[in-house]
Amino acid sequence: MKVTVKYFASIREAIGLASEQRDTQVITLGALRDELIALGGAHADSLARGKAVRLALNQVMCQESAELGEGAEVAFFPPVTGG
Amino acid sequence: MPARDMPRVSIQTADFDLSTEVAALRAQDPRVGAVCSFIGIVRDRTAGEPGQISSMELEHYPGMTEKSIEAMIDAAQQRFDIFGARVIHRVGLLAPLDQIVMVAVSSAHRGESFQACEFLMDYLKTQAPFWKKEQTPSGAHWVDARVSDDAALAKWGIALENTSFNAPD
Repeated sequence: MKVTVKYFASIREAIGLASEQRDTQVITLGALRDELIALGGAHADSLARGKAVRLALNQVMCQESAELGEGAEVAFFPPVTGG
Repeated sequence: MPARDMPRVSIQTADFDLSTEVAALRAQDPRVGAVCSFIGIVRDRTAGEPGQISSMELEHYPGMTEKSIEAMIDAAQQRFDIFGARVIHRVGLLAPLDQIVMVAVSSAHRGESFQACEFLMDYLKTQAPFWKKEQTPSGAHWVDARVSDDAALAKWGIALENTSFNAPD
C-alpha cells in the first residue's frame, strides 16, 4: 500500500525531508511509526518511542491505532505551538 | 450572520486589521449585540528575559491547518449560541510587536462571545498544526509546547486526541 508521509518542524529538520512516499504492508499508524524507526538514523532519533510525537491521518489528528488506507496522507510532528 | 462570501479562516503572511475584520463579521446585522476578539502578539522574550527574541518563523501544515480550524469553529457554533466567528493566523517570518493571531466571535449577548472566543483560542493552541521557531542570541530554537495549554483545553471537557500514546509532553 502506498502512503505519503509528511514531517514538520523539528522532525522535518532532523530527517531532512518534508515528505516521502512509502510502500508499506502495515495496518496502523503506530506500526508505520515502528517501521520508520527501524530505518535507523534520523528517522529513529526523531520518531523514537518516548518522544512527544503527534500524528495525523488524512489531515486529522489521530491515535496510533488509526488504520491506513491506500494513498493515505500521514504526518508526524511535534506538539503544536501556534497562537 | 456574517456575509456569506466571507471566509471563516485565513492563514496568511500579511498583517490584518481588527476593525475591518470586526465590521465584516458584524455585517450590519442588527441581531449582533456582542463581539469578542482576541489578538495574540509576538513578544521579545522567553522566561521574562527582554530582548531575547529577534524574530520568529511560523511553520504550518497547509490544508490541515485550515481544516482543523474550520472544525473548531463548527464545534464552537454547536456549543455556544453565536452568530459567526473569524480566525486569522499569520505564518512565515514575524518580529516582536507583530500581530500573529486573531479570533473574533459575534453573538447576541456578551457571555457566549467571551466563552466561544476563549474556547477557540484554547482549541487552536493545542490542535491547530502551527510551530514556532524563535531566533535568539544563542541560535534558533523550536518552541516547546506548554502543558498549561493542554490543561486549558481540558477545562472545556475536551481530552487531547493522542496524548496518552505519546508521553512525555
